Amino acid sequence: MTDTKIPVHLEINGRHHDLQIEPRVTLLDALRDRLGLTGTKKGCDHGQCGACTVHVDGERVLACLTLAAQAEGRAITTIEGLAREGELHPVQAAFLEQDAFQCGYCTPGQIMSAVACIREGHAGSDEEIREYMAGNLCRCGAYPHIVAAVRQAALEAAQ
Amino acid sequence: MRDFSYLRATSAEAARQAAALPGAMLLAGGTTLIDLAKCGVAQPDTLVDISHLKGLDRIEVGERGATIGALARMGHVADHADIKSRFPAVSEALWQAASAQIRNMATIGGNLMQRTRCPYFRDPSNFSACNKREPGSGCSAIGGVTRGHAVLGASEACIAMYPGDLAVALVAFDAIVHLGERRLLVDDFFLLPGETPDREHAIEPGEMVTAIEIPSSAAARRSTYLKVRDRQSYEFAAASAAVGLELEADGRTIRDLRVALGGVATKPWRARAVEDALKGKVLEPDAVRAASLLAVEGAVDHGANHYKIELAPRVVARAILKLGDAA
Repeated sequence: MTDTKIPVHLEINGRHHDLQIEPRVTLLDALRDRLGLTGTKKGCDHGQCGACTVHVDGERVLACLTLAAQAEGRAITTIEGLAREGELHPVQAAFLEQDAFQCGYCTPGQIMSAVACIREGHAGSDEEIREYMAGNLCRCGAYPHIVAAVRQAALEAAQ
Repeated sequence: MRDFSYLRATSAEAARQAAALPGAMLLAGGTTLIDLAKCGVAQPDTLVDISHLKGLDRIEVGERGATIGALARMGHVADHADIKSRFPAVSEALWQAASAQIRNMATIGGNLMQRTRCPYFRDPSNFSACNKREPGSGCSAIGGVTRGHAVLGASEACIAMYPGDLAVALVAFDAIVHLGERRLLVDDFFLLPGETPDREHAIEPGEMVTAIEIPSSAAARRSTYLKVRDRQSYEFAAASAAVGLELEADGRTIRDLRVALGGVATKPWRARAVEDALKGKVLEPDAVRAASLLAVEGAVDHGANHYKIELAPRVVARAILKLGDAA
């Protein structure tokens, strides 16, 4: 055990950040508490809800079970990094159009997961979308609209 | 979560040596370890991060079988074209496990080291008695809420269920775990709780899982993983079966059969009695259903988990018959 902080260099949404943190700090806490990037949400903090989904080297992972130190040297993308020059990402736009949320707390995780789900090629049918989006829970129960939004964005991406 | 030191390993050998020191643990995907550290179950002094090591994540499939590096991640193995075609049960066990996010993080080596989901094991602040966590302290699960606990392989010291899926398919097909130079059947890698439930794996301090090897077989090529659970996805098995089938040239007589169970036992559970009862017999629904009852020979329930004794043979029979129909 140690009280020593360690230097951790993170690349988030293309910007570089230098932190001095305890080794136990998760990527989720580093994003929210140290860097003010509060778009990534803390739900269960145990890998059971998907609210903290971010991309590491282009793949969707859970920031709550990733140590910030482990993410050094990787390219991290959060919900704040999806829009380009003020234009919503097509998945963000599809969530708006399909009214794919109620309270909105799970939405950043849903959207990050959906972007990756489409990129992986796992959004080929409603059944496949439900299976490959199963790691993102929505307590409001907006699932039918979430599936519709992912389906719409997947079809747009295929065109 | 208690703090610890963080060490990024520069080679597998350096990692193995660093992790051999008291209080040190290997960190790969972190999906079990960081979770358990937050629960206060894992209390490492040092985490040796091996997730950046190169070359340990290869997936090689040849005529004799597949060799999968310890750092290959679950999602990549599940989606690998040759794993899907030659070992469908392995791919299916993987994509039906956890979530896409967790499968992108969790490694194959770490998967073998996954700990039980027993809620008493996971909650030291409310349940001090747990022989798995604290040898000799007792078992809070016995006499508690047991719906998710094991009906096979349990002892008076521990009834915690092995929660994983992949290893169920691995034991069905005689897979081998590589601990550096040492080789061990996956079936022997997992230990019964007996009087030492704290010891779950036949791995020694200073050893590290480096790869798993799955021998090719006709039964592995025609195989499936059937997982029944309380919700359709992102859930542990209520009962599951990895089954592989090879028929004689007549297309109806069973030449080879592999059966292993998940969700019902304290370790991945090979059901050789079912295999032996059906080998050489004609594949026929009544015979399959009767033989599948042997899967739970010797099962003991603790009340709320009794349903597993009825469910598991049905899952086995359904999986065998599904493969038979596909013949």
